[in-house]
Amino acid sequence: MCGAETRYRKGLPLTDLIDRPRRLRVGRTLGDRVFRGMARGFGVLVLLVMGGIGVFLAIEAVPAFREWGWGFFTTEEWNPENGVLGIAAVLFGTGVIALVAMVLAFPLALGTALYISEYAAPRAKRWLIAMIDLMASVPSVIYGLVGAYLLQPEMVFVSRWIHDMFGWIPIFAVDTDPDAAVFAQSRYTASPIIAAIVVAVMVLPYACMVMREVFDQAPQGEREAAYALGSTRWGMIRSVVLPFGRGGIVGGTMLALGRALGETIAVVLILAPLFEIKVEILENGGITVPTLIATRYGESTGLQLSGLLAAGLVLFVVTLITNSIAAVIVTRSRSGASTEI
Amino acid sequence: MTATLAPQRTDEPAPPEEVRRDLRGRTLDDRVAPLGAALGALALVSLLYDRLLPLSGVLGFVICWYVAFVALYALLSWYRHPSPAVTDRVAGVLIRTSALLVGSALATAIVYVFVRGAPALAHLNLFTQDLTAGPQDPLDIGGVLHGIVGTLIQIGIAISITLPLGIGCAVYMTEVGGRLSKIVRTIVEAMTALPSIVCGLFVYIALLLTFDIQRNGFAAALAISVMMLPIIARSAEVVLRVVPGGLREASLALGASQWQTVRKVVLPTARPALVTAMVLGIARGIGETSPVLITAGYTTFMNANPFEGPMVSLPLFAYTLARSPEPLFQTRAFGAAAVLMVLVLLVFLIARLAASGRRNRR
Repeated sequence: MCGAETRYRKGLPLTDLIDRPRRLRVGRTLGDRVFRGMARGFGVLVLLVMGGIGVFLAIEAVPAFREWGWGFFTTEEWNPENGVLGIAAVLFGTGVIALVAMVLAFPLALGTALYISEYAAPRAKRWLIAMIDLMASVPSVIYGLVGAYLLQPEMVFVSRWIHDMFGWIPIFAVDTDPDAAVFAQSRYTASPIIAAIVVAVMVLPYACMVMREVFDQAPQGEREAAYALGSTRWGMIRSVVLPFGRGGIVGGTMLALGRALGETIAVVLILAPLFEIKVEILENGGITVPTLIATRYGESTGLQLSGLLAAGLVLFVVTLITNSIAAVIVTRSRSGASTEI
Repeated sequence: MTATLAPQRTDEPAPPEEVRRDLRGRTLDDRVAPLGAALGALALVSLLYDRLLPLSGVLGFVICWYVAFVALYALLSWYRHPSPAVTDRVAGVLIRTSALLVGSALATAIVYVFVRGAPALAHLNLFTQDLTAGPQDPLDIGGVLHGIVGTLIQIGIAISITLPLGIGCAVYMTEVGGRLSKIVRTIVEAMTALPSIVCGLFVYIALLLTFDIQRNGFAAALAISVMMLPIIARSAEVVLRVVPGGLREASLALGASQWQTVRKVVLPTARPALVTAMVLGIARGIGETSPVLITAGYTTFMNANPFEGPMVSLPLFAYTLARSPEPLFQTRAFGAAAVLMVLVLLVFLIARLAASGRRNRR
């Protein structure tokens, strides 16, 4: 193994020449022990609080699951007077609004992220990034107010227009005559599409932030190579930036989807509650899990409250799965957990 | 014997002076084509939209105009350019306009709130009175002072709970580590997925119903804390994790203890980014309505005691009044929303200043 060395150091046994990691014994000072203990204490405290909340939710939701079993997931009604509770319509509505919101938000987020990382002047870039951050921290009640008072009256006409043109597609159908002399405006208000547009604007910055960060990391050399081969700017984006940022695009979108699922106030302000599985996104009425909780918690007691918690728990689990997939995809597209100099 | 000879002049014409090719410049065609396409689309759509086709509504008009504009622009480019250039131009237009749309959506939201709230904001009593006024009282009676006070008290309590806990937990996850820290990290990351309304419902059931307490400001602060804690802990951890490992090793190699390393090296290095992350978390906490909706209770009176009686916050105030059919109440709601927006903008500005401090230091 180390023949060359043994020739020069004949006196030593062979084993001493093999490199072994030196045992490091860290003698921790008292201060360090206190520090580590306290930090661990904080960690354990947070773990207990957060884990406790999760366990509490799960335990409190058990009575509802026990009472209605699988029927809880397949019943559309939320009718505590008759003792019938189910979240089929609620879950479906949550999914529809979140999906429509993502369909609207995805191209805009992608376009904005590309604009900030590829098109904007370097000086404007800082401001644009700040703008996206600001957009993410504007309170949801403000988006809700703007959606309900500014967007809604305008959207009535657009909805009617879409209904008129594409009403034969089931999701754009509305149960009224769009060509009537005085068309039924109220059929087009408080609809899932209006709520979805507002939710789209709210979650868009979250997707955009992640995408922009990943696009910025696309290797400069490859960009220049693409240009040197005669590529146009879009050609460069398509062949370098987008393939490099694929993880960020998917991950950011999933992250935004997670936010879209849990959005409450803006949706409550716009959507008229209606417990029905419906795909007609232009038509008045719909329901999501957060709006269900926000509107029904006050009158609820006992089993119904447990039902609300169960609905919240289901939403939490769905969001959790979405976020975890997003996290895995985003971290895979980056390298290394910590930065080294 | 050699003599240096001057090179002989020939009568060849001098080579043409090299001109740098302009890579960035835009030709006249580049500049005028979008303008022409926009005008052409406007003319086309204004002819077709209302007069020939049975369409109406301003937003629909804008959508049609945009589609026509992109189509015309592509057609115009296709006359003189090869297809990759046409794709490039169309993609450029789509990307620029999507950024423009996003920017104008943000601007619209902010400006609209201030415009609608302006009648209420014009009266100084908005900031000095609570809302003892009825729905018919004019705007120079009553205000949102109780909302402002409530917001500040609630977020104050939430900050004093979540900031030490969150940062302490982040320090544990990044600096101390161990098997347990992985579990903590997993749980914290999982809890960021907890919908904010469920945070409210949790405090409502676990605290208010179990102990049969009336809704109050402290419960609202707790609900906000439950929502903020995972966000703060996670963003603090992300910030601490990007502190270069080499700095830690250098400090330890110089004989510093771990506590000294954290206090003198890690935290100061991360401070500006840490402040930014914290402030953005706080901005989320200030603006969130749903946990407060369930736990704070609504009141029109001033209440500075978080432990007793309902205590309204600005977002909850705006939300409640916005649902009322009274136009004056709606104006007040927009006034409160505008005040809330100013508050968030202030917090955001602080975050930006902290971030620019980081830039100067480098």
